[in-house]
Amino acid sequence: MVDFGGWDMPVQYSGIIEEHNAVRTSVGVFDVSHMGEIEIRGPEAARLTDFVTTNAVAKLKTGQAHYSGLLYDHGGFVDDILVHKVADDHYFLCVNASNQDKDFEHIRVQNRFDAVVDFSSDRYAQLAIQGPQARATVQKLTPVDLSGIKYYWFADGEVCGIPARIAHTGYTGEDGFELYVAPAEAQRIWNELMQAGAEFGIKPCGLGARNTLRLEAKMALYGHEIDASISPLEADLNWIVKLDKGDFVGRDALLKQKEAGLTRKLVGFEMCGRGIGRDGYEVLLDGAPAGWVTSGSPGPTVGRNIGLCYLPIDKAQPGQAIQIMIRNQPVDAVTVETPFYKRAK
Amino acid sequence: MVPENLRYTKDHEWIRVEGETGIIGITDHAQEELGDIVYVELPKPGAKLEQSSSFGSVESVKAVSDIYCPVSGEVAEANQALAESPEKVNDDPYGDGWLIKLKLTSPGQVDQLMTAAQYTEYIGTES
Repeated sequence: MVDFGGWDMPVQYSGIIEEHNAVRTSVGVFDVSHMGEIEIRGPEAARLTDFVTTNAVAKLKTGQAHYSGLLYDHGGFVDDILVHKVADDHYFLCVNASNQDKDFEHIRVQNRFDAVVDFSSDRYAQLAIQGPQARATVQKLTPVDLSGIKYYWFADGEVCGIPARIAHTGYTGEDGFELYVAPAEAQRIWNELMQAGAEFGIKPCGLGARNTLRLEAKMALYGHEIDASISPLEADLNWIVKLDKGDFVGRDALLKQKEAGLTRKLVGFEMCGRGIGRDGYEVLLDGAPAGWVTSGSPGPTVGRNIGLCYLPIDKAQPGQAIQIMIRNQPVDAVTVETPFYKRAK
Repeated sequence: MVPENLRYTKDHEWIRVEGETGIIGITDHAQEELGDIVYVELPKPGAKLEQSSSFGSVESVKAVSDIYCPVSGEVAEANQALAESPEKVNDDPYGDGWLIKLKLTSPGQVDQLMTAAQYTEYIGTES
C-alpha cells in the first residue's frame, strides 16, 4: 500500500503486468474512490464551468462528458479534469485527489456568476471497470442498456439496485466504464463486479497498472506531464483548448504563448539502449542537457521501454535521437509517434 | 517466506555462507514489494565491495532500487542468467534468483546481520 493524496492505495494486487494484461485483453477493476468530485449548479452553472475550463462547455449535450483543463491566469494547470453535463444547470466534475482542495478554491474564487459550487467528494466512491469485457461485466449488474451510452457519454441509473452514475470513460486507453456511487455501497458493488467478471478472469488492479496503461495511451498524469508550470499547448493538449469559445481563465496567457511560439513540447520516446528513462531523469541532445522525462516505464503491451519527455520545440518531433541520463550513464533513446498503444476499434 | 539458514539486512538482502563464499540475493519480501522485475544490474567478477555499499540495482516495472552488500568481499561470480531472465528474482529469490557470490574478506561481519527471526520481526514492524 502507498499513501496517495492521503489515501492508502495498493500499487498492485497480483502484479502490475498481470493486471495490465487483464485490462488490455479482458477486464480489470480499479477502486479510484480517491478521485475528487465537484459539482456546479444553478442558472449560470454553464457559464462558470465554461469560464474556468479550457474545453467548450457549450458543445456538451446533457449526458455527455469531456476532458478539460483548469488553468491559472498564467496558463499553467491547476488540474486536468472530466466535465459531465448532468443538466443545463448542473455540471459534475471529476478531479484529481491531490488537487481537489485547490480546485474547489480556484473555482469558488472565479465564481462571479449565479452558480453554486459544491465540494462533493465525500458523496462519491468511484470504480473503474476497464477492458474489452468491461461492458459485458457491468451489463450483468444494471438494467441500463450500456450499448446505448456512447464513448464519453454517461447515464444515471442503477447498478446492483444502487443509484449510480455510469460513465463510458476511462484512463487506460481501453474501452470501459467508470461508476460513481455512494461510498457506503462501493464495497458491495466491487464484490458483485468481481463475481460478474469472474467468467472473464476479471482482476483487481492497482495504481501500478493504472500508470502503465495510461502511459501507453499517452494520457497525462498531473504532477508528471502537467503541473502549474506547464500549459496545455506545451503538453500537446491543444485539442482540449478552445481559444475561440470566448473568455476563460488562462486564455490570454495561452494566446500570448501561441503568438510568441512555444519553446518546449511534450513528446514520446522509446529506449534504444538498456534501461528505463524514469520521471525526472535528464534528457540530453548531443551530450547537453535539453529536457526532462515526465513518465517512463516498460510498456507491457507495446513490449518496449517507453516514456514522455519535454524537449525544445524544434526537437520535439518523432525520430529525434536523444539520450537519457540513467543513473549517471547516458543511454540512447529516440522520440516516437504517440500514443504508444491504440486499441483496435 | 524467511528461510532459517540465511542472514538478513535492513535493506532486504540475504546472505548464505558456504565456506569462504557468501551467496547474496534479495528477500522474498523485497521482490514482492518491487513487483515484476525487468532489469538486474550486477558488478563484474573481481569487483571489491565494502559492507553496506551499493553493488548494483534491481529494476521493476514500477521502480529502481539499489542493492547493498551485506558484508565486504570480492565478487567471485554474478548470476548471468538474470540478464536474460530477471524474473527469476521474483520466482525464486532464495534459489535461482541469487545475485552474486562473494569471496568474504571479513567473515565476522556475517554475525552482525539479522537472523531469520529478527528479520521476520523487522519486516513485521516495517509494514
